[in-house]
Amino acid sequence: MGLTVNNLIDWINNFSAKIEQNKQYLSDLDTAIGDGDHGFNMSRGMKAVSQKLSTKPETITDVFKQIAMTLISTVGGASGPLYGTAFLEMAKKSATSDDIGELLEAALTGIKKRGGAEPGDKTMVDVWSVLVPEIKAHNLTREKIDSAVAATKDLVAKKGRASYLGERSKGHIDPGSQSSGYLFEALLETEGIL
Amino acid sequence: MKKIINDPANVVPEMVKGMVRSYPQFITKIEDAEAVMRADKESMTGKVGIVSGGGSGHEPTHAGFVGKGMLSAAVCGEVFTSPTPDQIYAAIKAVDQGQGVFLVIKNYSGDVMNFDMAKDMADMDNIKVKSIVVDDDIAVENSTFTQGRRGVAGTLFMHKILGAMAQNGASLDEIDAAAKKVLPNIKTIAVALSAATNPETGKPGFVLKDDEIEYGVGIHSEPGYRREKIKPAKDLVSELVGKLNDEMHLDHNKKYAVLVNGMGATPLMEQYIFSNDLLDKLAEFDVKPAFMKVGNYMTSLDMAGISLTFFEIADEKWLGYLNQPVETIAW
Repeated sequence: MGLTVNNLIDWINNFSAKIEQNKQYLSDLDTAIGDGDHGFNMSRGMKAVSQKLSTKPETITDVFKQIAMTLISTVGGASGPLYGTAFLEMAKKSATSDDIGELLEAALTGIKKRGGAEPGDKTMVDVWSVLVPEIKAHNLTREKIDSAVAATKDLVAKKGRASYLGERSKGHIDPGSQSSGYLFEALLETEGIL
Repeated sequence: MKKIINDPANVVPEMVKGMVRSYPQFITKIEDAEAVMRADKESMTGKVGIVSGGGSGHEPTHAGFVGKGMLSAAVCGEVFTSPTPDQIYAAIKAVDQGQGVFLVIKNYSGDVMNFDMAKDMADMDNIKVKSIVVDDDIAVENSTFTQGRRGVAGTLFMHKILGAMAQNGASLDEIDAAAKKVLPNIKTIAVALSAATNPETGKPGFVLKDDEIEYGVGIHSEPGYRREKIKPAKDLVSELVGKLNDEMHLDHNKKYAVLVNGMGATPLMEQYIFSNDLLDKLAEFDVKPAFMKVGNYMTSLDMAGISLTFFEIADEKWLGYLNQPVETIAW
């Protein structure tokens, strides 16, 4: 078991399909506490990523780099730099490691640095910081993903556009956490990586 | 949704083409980027470049302020979405004259992150870049527990001051110092009558009842601080001036520039009525604006409403910069 160019591309294409299926839902979540474009922006980016990956890069590092550069140049908003940075950090780390847990840990460090968010701020960091240790411990399950995403509902936003709402941001799932949930679901469903 | 468009996915590139083709005397498109730069390239020779940008939907901001004496280039992101680092970097590269480039960024997490990444890219190519993050909207409390205050219509004064300085030959460090000095003197507050409808989602950002208004709404329909029934213009003026006065403490010994800004769907007639009441209100403080503009400068698509900006002219030179002629579509 381990990361290969093939299963990495499968994972990302699966993520892309989930984003496409749920783009309206993601945008609805974003309309409640942000500016309503998260699903559309991610869909535009992931479509471009899948297209880029159809000419198969040779190494895992190249795949990560392609994903990162495509997201950075097509998504925009806050999600572009955050997801772009995540994959860029995985590209860098993949030069010395092919352990998915270590790669995702490097990605999480990059996300925190780029956006300045910490756990509890109601951002994608909340989902990543709960699930990355589970992946490292080989304990990722669908239930853990669902509960990590759902847990953002009761938080008060301290970063990004939702922070302007203060207490009123409570009661809504964070859109970036939901799209991150899809990334981890896609990972769980892809055979041979975990 | 009823809009004069072809395809929601193409609104930004088609708008950029429309602006560039309508006003070739002022702006030209930067190749392979949704960004525009001055048509008069000679006016930039040997000068520091001033680059701004952000999501589209705020026209004439930012492209309308590109031209001699103001911005060197503007980057046009998707509607209400920050432009990407590669696009911002393309603009930086296009206008750099070896003297460095100064970025004017509005305080939104997306803009801040994307412009930062563009700055990293410029660093790698040895282009000197400095920047300021404008946060003039006083509707939001400034605290470490939020993203902080938003950048809105007052950004226009930043563009004008820095653009004039760059045109007059100021260095990157001088522009950086001036930007820091200007920033705390710009304050803005808005009132909305109805929300903007993003062409991509087709839905309004929020819904107000027919007789309802909301104070403090942001330029992407971010929520404000209070909703209530619509009131006469002079009462709206009182509320907004009151908020600004709490922050700035209006003083008849000081000079102010004033911007009354339409949000997109508010007729100029209403803006002038508001301005008439505003000048009466300011007279109560014994304040007469040293500089004033009224019109649609930083819009929010089809939002109805007005924002009011006060800029305390803390340095006498700034008034000269505000009055210095420019060659742009919209100043």
